[in-house]
Amino acid sequence: MNATTNTVSDAQAAANKFLALNSGNLAAYLEACIHCGQCATACHFYEVTNDPKYTPAYKLFPMAKAHRKTKWPWNWFGGPTVTEADLEEWEELLFDSCTMCGRCTQVCPMGIDIASIVAASRQAFSAAGRGPSDLFEAAENVLTKGSPLGVTPAVFDGRVEWLEDDYEVDLPLDKDKAEVLLTISSIEMMKYPKSIVAMARLMNQAGVDWTFSTKGYESTNFGFLAGKPHIARHAIEKLVSAAEEIGAKTLIIPECGHAYGVLRWSGANILGRPLPFEVLHITEYLAKLKKEGKIKFKTIDGSLTYHDPCQISRRGGATDAARYLLEDCTDFREMTPTGNFNWCCGGGGGVQAMSRAADLRHKVFQIKMKQVEDTGADMMISACANCRLTMDDSKEHWNWDRELESLVELLAENLVEDHPHPFDAKPHLATNV
Amino acid sequence: MELLEFARGPVLTFAITVFIAGITYRVFSLFLMWRTKDSSAGRKRSRSAFASAVREVIRRLWPQAVYQQRTMFELVNGYVFHIGLAIIVFLLAPHIVFIKDLVGLSWPALPNNVVYAVSIITMVSLIAALVMRIANPPQRLISTFDDWFSWIVTFLPVLTGVIATSHLGARYETLLALHILSVALLLIWIPFGKLMHFFLVFVTRSQTGAHLSHRGAQL
Repeated sequence: MNATTNTVSDAQAAANKFLALNSGNLAAYLEACIHCGQCATACHFYEVTNDPKYTPAYKLFPMAKAHRKTKWPWNWFGGPTVTEADLEEWEELLFDSCTMCGRCTQVCPMGIDIASIVAASRQAFSAAGRGPSDLFEAAENVLTKGSPLGVTPAVFDGRVEWLEDDYEVDLPLDKDKAEVLLTISSIEMMKYPKSIVAMARLMNQAGVDWTFSTKGYESTNFGFLAGKPHIARHAIEKLVSAAEEIGAKTLIIPECGHAYGVLRWSGANILGRPLPFEVLHITEYLAKLKKEGKIKFKTIDGSLTYHDPCQISRRGGATDAARYLLEDCTDFREMTPTGNFNWCCGGGGGVQAMSRAADLRHKVFQIKMKQVEDTGADMMISACANCRLTMDDSKEHWNWDRELESLVELLAENLVEDHPHPFDAKPHLATNV
Repeated sequence: MELLEFARGPVLTFAITVFIAGITYRVFSLFLMWRTKDSSAGRKRSRSAFASAVREVIRRLWPQAVYQQRTMFELVNGYVFHIGLAIIVFLLAPHIVFIKDLVGLSWPALPNNVVYAVSIITMVSLIAALVMRIANPPQRLISTFDDWFSWIVTFLPVLTGVIATSHLGARYETLLALHILSVALLLIWIPFGKLMHFFLVFVTRSQTGAHLSHRGAQL
């Protein structure tokens, strides 16, 4: 993964990319940091390690250097230069130890959006060939296979058919026209296929005119996470053209936080034109169906708490949808802090896909374990397959005994259906195939 | 030329010129850069981008409850020296006279001994901020020349002002000249470093307020 040529060093390639991305918005952030360090108190990586290198403001340094190198008055004094040593030091800080969760933005007295700088910095590092190889590989898979986990259209087609047969559920695929295009995260398809079945059951019960499309099904965007904008754009174009072809008015993002954040809030910007359909997270769409009286739920027993995926709650503005859907729960307990202030799972921003970050992720999960234990709830629900995978990994690492569930799966199990589903009697049917 | 005349005359004129020209440059150079445009469909919301921006500038005057405990020292200490500096600059009688000579505006002053007490409190607060910068590992790691130098040039005018008022150690005229020279140094430095946050705070808070409220995120 070496992007150097004979004339441009890695450091220069990174600096050039920094400057290409350096808008007035980002430059204002870079110039405004007063180095107060309060962001450290909001960062889960600092919280569990007490290592000052994880201070979010420190992550601004390489891009701030590139900015100052070219701008008066700093260039008067020579201006700092982005060096190979900087790339070496900051690669871990920008990739492995930042989930772009945005808590630091909340605490910053200047209101600096550090996550935006980290996203731009990843692009610069990627341009210099710097970044975790497994994250980069997952991103390249999007180009070559249509999915970071190798879910090609043929695999997708096959697995949809298998799910239909095994779970006795109708999963419409490649309908000519449909109101709604439902997408998936390949994490769900490979690890948690029951979530896909659950979404279908909920949509079918509500009588929604929906379909999957083999032309655009993968909602995750590893190109964005890896700082590879051409791959990010490619993934968005596929979804948009699939939705346009079937005339979808709504595209639904499944239980995946960053997939929602990227398409909902950056999709139009990356594509360069407004999206010709509405993008909703599955929790938002189900909340809408529930409000319209199209789906109803039985009373949900047992003590539950909800983990907010950062890109859906804090960064996404859809915090209330999950809580509205969990209204029928008899013993719902909020974590402290919760909602927009909830702690990250530790695996967002592509960190889940970086094997070398596993130890750090597990440490971060200790925060979540304590949060859940403090509520006394038996089960933690989430609405992000990436959070779920991160938490399942860490749960196993620590031999933690609390249950983790997906919100859509819980809702499907408690759905009031015209024809009871044959699998409700055995809700924990094999999920790994 | 006496040192005092030199400080009051050419030095101060030069400093004020650099201050105004430098700030103008910083502001224009930033606003003339290309800006990203958000084409995403915003969440239905009642506030305009402008209202969200203004709201965020005000809201961030106080941290969210979740973060208050951990940032209480910085919050309280920060307010103490910012308000202290504002009182010293704008409410000490000789400063008001100076401002009146410069721009023609004046207002009532606080008694000198009150401002003197405020100056002592401000110095203690600034020293506390410095100790924190040295003692707190995240802050120490991210501290650069700008942070240390900005602290020095902020502290010096307060210190020299207190010494001049107390008539300590030298002739009053000499002490006053040193005070004016330290103010000149501060004015010259402001456009070059982090002290520009007096202006940038409005830009960054506004940007983030508009950016995130577009998404309906409750920040």
